[in-house]
Amino acid sequence: MMTIGIQHYLTLSAILFTIGIFGIFLNRKNVIIILMSVELMLLSVNVNLVAFSHFLGDLTGQVFAMLVLTVAAAEAAIGLAILVVFFRTRGSIAVEDVNMMKG
Amino acid sequence: MIVETIAFYVFAAVAVVSALLVVGNRNPVYSVLFLILTFFNVAGLFVLIGAEFLAMMLVIVYVGAVAVLFLFVVMMLDINFVELRQGFVRYLPIGAVVGVILAAELIFVVGSTALGTATPAAPTPAIAQVTNTEALGNIMYTQYFYLFQVSGLILLVAMMGAIVLTHRERVGVRRQRIADQVDRNRSSVQLTKVKTGDGASGGVK
Repeated sequence: MMTIGIQHYLTLSAILFTIGIFGIFLNRKNVIIILMSVELMLLSVNVNLVAFSHFLGDLTGQVFAMLVLTVAAAEAAIGLAILVVFFRTRGSIAVEDVNMMKG
Repeated sequence: MIVETIAFYVFAAVAVVSALLVVGNRNPVYSVLFLILTFFNVAGLFVLIGAEFLAMMLVIVYVGAVAVLFLFVVMMLDINFVELRQGFVRYLPIGAVVGVILAAELIFVVGSTALGTATPAAPTPAIAQVTNTEALGNIMYTQYFYLFQVSGLILLVAMMGAIVLTHRERVGVRRQRIADQVDRNRSSVQLTKVKTGDGASGGVK
């Protein structure tokens, strides 16, 4: 309990990941919150990677965490751009309104 | 040691609570702000386990760019968020059940983790000799150079995608047509000597 081992970090990351999934369940209609939940899940993956990197003494995990960070940023940008375009054509961001490929 | 333990628990607790507030908040603007708080605390945890560069990246990229992007979109779109929250209470039990089961399973698996003795692909150098940033740079620009390039490419494609998606051609806007300007005939230009005090109309009445 007193010394922080890898289990502590992995547990924290598991809790954050679960909160992300919980958020998707809870806010099924609001795409913005769903995107934020996805960001939380990616963050928990980063915590995992960095924790393993530290406790195994291997820097590769941090490089991969950086790549995950890059992809998360790109995903947020594209997701929000799609959201803005969708809002312009339909005037709503509710998930159940998204039922056509063509705006 | 004790300070490190306390710091871990404080950062972890604040991160978890603010993550819960991200998904459970009534107002999406507050959700974004709590997302920022979560990222700050996780950055603190990264500093705690010696990943300073990544911690700063997290603060710069997420708080500086992604969270501001979210905030911008939340404020730009004129949405009735109350309407979007319908079904929140209805989905709460099933979401809680799935969440608790998943968390319990993950924690069971994680609790029995024992690190093997794998040989590191890129061993972390001693912090006294090389800083974290320098060590990361040393392997990122050599061993993982192609991955680095690919991540740059991903960002480029994402940027172009976002621009293509959101760009819209406005009609009825007067804009500069450079080709027409360059194309102009010399003969259509008239040079007039204006006498002082005569005004712009010059001799041309």
